[in-house]
Amino acid sequence: MANNSTLTPKPAQSTVASQPNRLAKGGQIERSLPLSFEFDGQQLGAFSGDSLASALLANDIKLVARSFKYHRPRGIFSAGSEEPNALMTLGKGKYREPNCKATSVELYEGMAARTQNAWPSIGFDVGALASAFSPFLPAGFYYKTFMWPSAFWERIYEPIIRQAAGLGSASTLPDPDQYDVQHEFCDLLIVGSGPAGLAAAIEAGRAGLRIMLCDEDFAMGGRLSSEKLHIGDQNCAEWANSCLAELASMPNVRICASTAIVGRYDGCTYLGVQKLSGGPLSKAQQTYAEKLWIIVPAQVIMSTGATERSLVFGGNDRPGIMLASAVRTYINRFAVAPGKRAAIFTCCDDGWRTINDLKAAGVEVVAVIDSRETVKNEVLALGANSSAKVMLGATVIGTKGWKGLRQISVSDQQGDVSKFEVDLLAVSGGWNPNIALATHLGGKPIWCEEISSFKMASDDRVENVQIVGAAAGQYSLGAALNGGLKAASLVTGIKAKFVLPKTDDECFGITPLWVLPKSVGKNSKGQKSRGKAFVDLQNDVTNTDIDLAWREGFKNPEHIKRYTTMGMGTDQGRTGTVNGLAQIAEANNEPMGLTGNITGRPPYVPVRLGTIAGLHRGKYFRPTRRTSAHEAATELDAHFVETGEWLRPQWYTKAGETNWLQSVTREAEAVRKSVGVCDVSTLGKIDVQGSDAAEFLNRVYINNMAGVAVNKVRYGVMLREDGFVMDDGTAARFGQNHFVISTTTANAGKIMQHLYYCHQVLWPELDVQMISVTEQWAQYAIAGPNSAKAMKLLVGDYLDLSDEAFGFMACAEFSLDGIPARAFRVSFSGERAYEIAVPAQYGQSIFNQLLSLGKEWDITPYGTDALAVLRIEKGHVSGPELVGQTTAKDLGFGGMMSKKKDFIGRVLAGRAALIEPDRPSLVGVRPVLKDDRFSSGAQFLPVGSSPVADNCLGYISSVAYSPHVGSWIGLGLIAGGSERIGEKVRAYDPVRNKDTLVEIVSPVFIDPKGARLRA
Amino acid sequence: MRINCPYCGNRDVAEFSSMGEEPAKRPDPQQADAQTAFVDYVYLRNNPAGPNKELWYHGQGCRQWLRVNRNTLSHKILGVSLAAGGDQNGK
Repeated sequence: MANNSTLTPKPAQSTVASQPNRLAKGGQIERSLPLSFEFDGQQLGAFSGDSLASALLANDIKLVARSFKYHRPRGIFSAGSEEPNALMTLGKGKYREPNCKATSVELYEGMAARTQNAWPSIGFDVGALASAFSPFLPAGFYYKTFMWPSAFWERIYEPIIRQAAGLGSASTLPDPDQYDVQHEFCDLLIVGSGPAGLAAAIEAGRAGLRIMLCDEDFAMGGRLSSEKLHIGDQNCAEWANSCLAELASMPNVRICASTAIVGRYDGCTYLGVQKLSGGPLSKAQQTYAEKLWIIVPAQVIMSTGATERSLVFGGNDRPGIMLASAVRTYINRFAVAPGKRAAIFTCCDDGWRTINDLKAAGVEVVAVIDSRETVKNEVLALGANSSAKVMLGATVIGTKGWKGLRQISVSDQQGDVSKFEVDLLAVSGGWNPNIALATHLGGKPIWCEEISSFKMASDDRVENVQIVGAAAGQYSLGAALNGGLKAASLVTGIKAKFVLPKTDDECFGITPLWVLPKSVGKNSKGQKSRGKAFVDLQNDVTNTDIDLAWREGFKNPEHIKRYTTMGMGTDQGRTGTVNGLAQIAEANNEPMGLTGNITGRPPYVPVRLGTIAGLHRGKYFRPTRRTSAHEAATELDAHFVETGEWLRPQWYTKAGETNWLQSVTREAEAVRKSVGVCDVSTLGKIDVQGSDAAEFLNRVYINNMAGVAVNKVRYGVMLREDGFVMDDGTAARFGQNHFVISTTTANAGKIMQHLYYCHQVLWPELDVQMISVTEQWAQYAIAGPNSAKAMKLLVGDYLDLSDEAFGFMACAEFSLDGIPARAFRVSFSGERAYEIAVPAQYGQSIFNQLLSLGKEWDITPYGTDALAVLRIEKGHVSGPELVGQTTAKDLGFGGMMSKKKDFIGRVLAGRAALIEPDRPSLVGVRPVLKDDRFSSGAQFLPVGSSPVADNCLGYISSVAYSPHVGSWIGLGLIAGGSERIGEKVRAYDPVRNKDTLVEIVSPVFIDPKGARLRA
Repeated sequence: MRINCPYCGNRDVAEFSSMGEEPAKRPDPQQADAQTAFVDYVYLRNNPAGPNKELWYHGQGCRQWLRVNRNTLSHKILGVSLAAGGDQNGK
């Protein structure tokens, strides 16, 4: 841990004194737990319970970011995950995490936060020159300007643009954090712990339902901790705390703070991301940084609340301009005054509630500007005790202050302009229900005139989801609480028992002010809004960008979104997009409901890739399978190779050997000259039994398996139904109704699935059962001229190995000193060879016994590389030839295809193009000059022809150094196949920059008559 | 997405692999136009927008092939049965 010093809490030295904007009392912070943190290198103090944003505001830091495109100074705008501006980089070195929203990050001791997208510093940012050029940077500017030459895009244009525009940069070091994954199957998932969520949780919790209550905030309670409202005689924050205490005492309720439900998926599946630790301090105590929740609830209550909208007017982005709801949150929840002199600009009743909260925090309110000409008396009464100048039918038309708001210009109803010196402007454009989660499965929101926003159709109970509270447009406290209770009683099936005390009932009247008109004021003065009016603060999209996009023919919100980037930031445009949509609706001259909304997609908030990967990282990405003799092989200095999930010895390094080729060549020679042993346990083994077992195998193999005698093995090939080779292997018959078949290591799972398909779907009437026994049996090949002697020492007392009793392609089940065992006389190497199979738990001891019994003949363990050398010398095909594009005929198995029976793939293997004589087919290849070396993948070209695809005759599939031939050899597929034997062609390999003259030869380099097999 | 396997119960889709729409019955290889029939059988699917009879393999469960009636518009699963026939007890 880089930051051990932070493990000791710092003394509570004058922390309050260093927080000039901290209120003397109130808030949900823990004043007895001071914290210190670092912001751009500056040491600052705060309290436990602060967010990074509230801590910065407490320390009077208002300039916290530079904007995406124009590098304009920006301040904290919201108090939640809808934040468009305050993106910071947290942590250092390998812990560095960019683009964290200061408004949703819980402050921890020793946090190191840095501003981003500013150079050389946040106060003086050269990039801000972009603002001066902004007339030249309209919507679609990059699309229009950086078109030609197209080759410049990737190398020149894009890197420069990305450098200038942008967000923070992630650490390039491996992620040091660990992530957990947990599944939850609950009766009821409640998303959001505001009034509706808490009421629902209490009601359903008391009824005994198993509940998961999540909130993306690190503190539960939603807006109950941000408002000064009353429930009965309790302050709403106190009410929330008492509810949470009761819920915490219920064993059937799981409360998860810092847990954002980021996505909703089919089958009532939800994904939650829980932040478990903040920073290195708690990392010392916790194993996991985040937890991914996969939640499958029976019922869901979405009490996700609402997000306040911004207002679009000139200069609406200066530090000090903040959502009115956020102003109340900073005052009431965090005990921070976000300014000294404030004005309020609103188009709805709700904004007025900010007046008294500001006043209580000692902030002077100089003006309340409401764009509506008439406002209800009860709303006007909210400003009665204030000295604020109330201006109805008025709008803010301009602002001043580069690094922080200094002044606003307001046009009254008549068009007369007055100016106010303020450092805080609370804006309220009404509320948008948070319905993103509800729309993730494609649900379309509807326009609701009453709340001037989109919500889900109220009768939508698809997939057991109920949307309640502000998320359903039930904005007042009483309506939200009732909504929660009603939903819970629908889930429990009993009438709500919880008796709701009388609550404050707020007004939510609104006449939306979407975008300031071109000219405001009634008289001829016709004041114009001055300065850029931002619709999307995060992506620097202004109302003129949307106008331009519309004039250029983009009329649909989804098109305008992509052309202007409105709503495409990490905040998903939650504070501004609806204003932009209204602008489009107006231009289209259609109602909002017709214009529609843009599609919200998961994740609701940004999610770390590490969290999604969970525990499946690095070597834990998938299971590692080891054979029974793994330890023995390790002791023999085996070098392992991954074959699918299996680890197989690739070669064994003997003392004195310095490169792999020496080891592999020695192993291959040992097999040819004496005897070697190879672990073949990883090959797929499938036990097939039943009175129709032979008939079944007959239908899946190209050759006649019904004709295999008991205690005999036959090599076989399986096709896919489209006529191409799928896999090869052997079928050993141990009884009239009992076979054990083998598959290649890589295809074992696929073949098992295929055979089940053939039985269960195609021919369920066949009396056959099958199961994979790959892991149950360990199997070893003993190959070479001395293999019979070694084998005899091992099993001679229990099995007659004479050629008469156990000839080539024989198999037998027998008892090896009490252990059930199987022996096979099969060969992949071309030498006389045996395979012995025993139950997996005996594998290692059999392997070790073979090595000690065979000492007399210097028995040599060999790996997959030597195995490949031997099979290439013998012309046996394997994975590189069984690529799904080769037919049985291509690989020389044409004659094996039975004409007397049907089998999978037979009909389509007969298609004209698949039996064409010119198809590339299997040959051997060796260099004309003995010392030349080529690689697999090299393309065959006629000598003298140019290297273009049209001239290509085929390719080399497998290559090995053959000690038997004394040169590099290969197998390949070439047009015309064996007709070309003796011909010289080029092996052209542009990837490795090689061009070798090779001779086409027979694929069988050793013992074409098979004498050694029987020797 | 979740599939209610007749043997294993309601399980996460990650345990299954899909083969897509179930083709019509495997043609008779002896029929006169067998090759054409097999080309249709192997390559042609109806790809309906709506309920679709699909084959799924429960590889990480009971290793049974299942007939799954799935609405391709809504991903709603309308019914699941064993491809080999039989009821929920596999009989």
